[in-house]
Amino acid sequence: MVNFGFTISVTRAVEYDKNDKGCAEYVALRVPSSSACIGCGGCSATCTAGNLTEFNIRKIQMLMKRGENQLYKEQLHKCMLCGKCLTVCPRGVDTRGMILAMIEYMREK
Amino acid sequence: MDMVTTNNRQWEKYQKEIADDRYYYARSCIRQTFFPGSEWAFIDILRNKLGKDIFDDPKHTTCTGIGYHSDVVPFQTTMTVVARHFALMTEAGYANITPSCITSFGIYTEILHAWEEHPELLERVREDLYKATKREFDVPKNLAHTSDVIYKFRNQIAMQMVHPLVDVHTGKPLRVVDHIGCHYAKMFPSKGVGGAEFPAVLSGMVDAWGGECIDYPERRHCCGFGFRNYLVQANRGYSVANSMKKLESMEPYEPDFIVTNCPGCGMFLDKWQYTISEMSGKTYGKNGYGIPVLTYEEMAGLVLGYNPWDLGLQMHQVAVEPLLDKMGIDYDPEKKYCDADGKLISLPKCPTFLKQ
Amino acid sequence: MSDKKHIVVIGGGPAGCVAAERLSRLGFRVSIVEKECELGGNLNNWDRLFPDGKRASEMVTKLVNDVKMADVAVWTDVEPIEAKRVENGFTILLSDKSLLFADAVMLTTGFAPFNAIRKEEYGYGIYRNVTTSVELENMIQAHIVPDTVSRVGMVHCVGSRDEKCGNMYCSKVCCITAVKQAIELKQMLPNAEIFCFYMDMRMFGPGYEELYREAQERYGIKFVRGRVSEASEDSEGRVAIKVEDTLVGRPMRMKLDRLVLMVGMEPSAGTRSVAELLGVKTKVNGFIQGGDPHIAANQTNVPGVFVAGTATAPMNSTDTLNDACAAAFQVANYLNG
Repeated sequence: MVNFGFTISVTRAVEYDKNDKGCAEYVALRVPSSSACIGCGGCSATCTAGNLTEFNIRKIQMLMKRGENQLYKEQLHKCMLCGKCLTVCPRGVDTRGMILAMIEYMREK
Repeated sequence: MDMVTTNNRQWEKYQKEIADDRYYYARSCIRQTFFPGSEWAFIDILRNKLGKDIFDDPKHTTCTGIGYHSDVVPFQTTMTVVARHFALMTEAGYANITPSCITSFGIYTEILHAWEEHPELLERVREDLYKATKREFDVPKNLAHTSDVIYKFRNQIAMQMVHPLVDVHTGKPLRVVDHIGCHYAKMFPSKGVGGAEFPAVLSGMVDAWGGECIDYPERRHCCGFGFRNYLVQANRGYSVANSMKKLESMEPYEPDFIVTNCPGCGMFLDKWQYTISEMSGKTYGKNGYGIPVLTYEEMAGLVLGYNPWDLGLQMHQVAVEPLLDKMGIDYDPEKKYCDADGKLISLPKCPTFLKQ
Repeated sequence: MSDKKHIVVIGGGPAGCVAAERLSRLGFRVSIVEKECELGGNLNNWDRLFPDGKRASEMVTKLVNDVKMADVAVWTDVEPIEAKRVENGFTILLSDKSLLFADAVMLTTGFAPFNAIRKEEYGYGIYRNVTTSVELENMIQAHIVPDTVSRVGMVHCVGSRDEKCGNMYCSKVCCITAVKQAIELKQMLPNAEIFCFYMDMRMFGPGYEELYREAQERYGIKFVRGRVSEASEDSEGRVAIKVEDTLVGRPMRMKLDRLVLMVGMEPSAGTRSVAELLGVKTKVNGFIQGGDPHIAANQTNVPGVFVAGTATAPMNSTDTLNDACAAAFQVANYLNG
């Protein structure tokens, strides 16, 4: 193959039809309250890990729902499981449980 | 005014005034290199097939579009250069300007719009141009892209048609992908035939000449030319990715050819097929030939029975022969790389994957 | 002729029916002028109302019965073609050449759904599987949603909050309509995946937020914050859309079996023409300009001409009915001096 001095860029778009929604389906079953998220970001604002690292719990669960698993997989272990996010969620989402379920799914995979 | 029909719908909002004679022609900077027969074909069709008066002025220059869109030419300079074009037009006794380049069309449209909204800019430009060149100008009465002009006369051209856009072996209409340059109507939808979302300027020609236009998901997507993007080698990856996105999206429809009205799009959609094939081994279209890309003048020329080599089709990266065969057009393969006197110029190298 | 004062109510939708009935009960002589052959307005083209799922037809039946019981004169299949201010009132010439004298006029000419063809990027009228919320409502009512539909996308704010079509305002009801229709679709197609693409979820009415939450939790409707920028058709006739999932910060692409455009409200043709006939001021957006927004919202710039319901601004049916009651009292105050 010829090298022209550049590579063909890969799309940044979420290709929903092609993505693997296995984790999303697993979490939806294990943590039904996760469906009630409205993306307010209260959890991320208060997050112990999120103030020091890239860990953004709101964004992670949204990426998970779209099947963009590669983008957050490495982030999950940064959660300190302190549970502060649970206390702020206006929709009663079991945020901590959601992270645990994701870790569990990734481990089983 | 012409009625616009796309996908059996009337986009009455986007009828556009297109002058019907006496054009001042503004050539493109790059088209004569990439599609060397297209501008000649346009003038020839207008003069000899439609009997129109068109003035091809050797004094006219770039509109600075490439520099303007690459952030190296300021707007004030661009306006003054364009004002000089208008001065040349005025001096030649014309009032209708028709640029061959989509970006020139976009630049002219943007400038006329700016002058309308801010008359003080026009006064300043008049002053600048006069100081620099002692020239004065009238604002054009009508601005139409050359594809608008061909669109306007598509039915007259249809009456002189020699080779309709039909597969002579099956009798079925050729399947055509139309690609409209972004600067044709995305900035000023009302200035394009059919508007920005369903422009009819090329599909109208295809319809009139017996072909069938394909609407595919990435039809409205930019080809990726983008000036500053392809100019810098390191950025070309996302330039080519856009063309690739379009090619991937149109491939399942098995188009017989692509027709474009923009110098950059035509060049990119054609030449990037080579680049993509050399970088990844992937070719589009049947049997590894790629999807031929025509300019609308080349398409009109073929329809009117012009010799494909006079139209400059040998300069295309993707071989046009499969298309010529489908249309039942006679051509001499021996003459493909000969000059006007019939002498062989030289033979180009063959790509690794893209069949020639 | 009785010596009761006469009020002509133009437009026999929900606002017109309620205003007429109230005014009649307040002791006035009332006529409704309706251009269609029956009363009910846009409700006649609707299946169920949010948030409780009441049938629109049930509502129409009640409104029409109330009008009947209240002894209101109903003129159908006619519209005003001329209006003149005369001493102490107005003369209104109808399309059937009848001439009415009115001591006061009530404009309840309502809204028309936004014409989705104008949002060209969605390809409504071109692509088979792009429909409007009004058409979906009719399909739901007729039970003709095919069970082959496995993914539906609903686009909020079509023709609302959008300077590109000249409508800067929020149509108020589309968000909750999307929630309601998404639930109804899910009830019919339990295996379908349903997306709502919203700019903001405006759940302003009682019970709306609760219904939104129910849509998420009980029905698994997926809400994506982002405006669909483009729809096109693939070779199988599915609708390919481009949207940004703004809360993820990435563009998103997906294919849908149906794209539903939640069309907003625009002033109806009747609202525009009757405003012109009577010299009533309209707002930049074409809706009729009311008086002081706090205490005289139902008055217009023409003394004796009042307005109620969606002729003045987008509103839901609850607010429309309340607005009509309020307007009736304003008319009564005016006529009783």
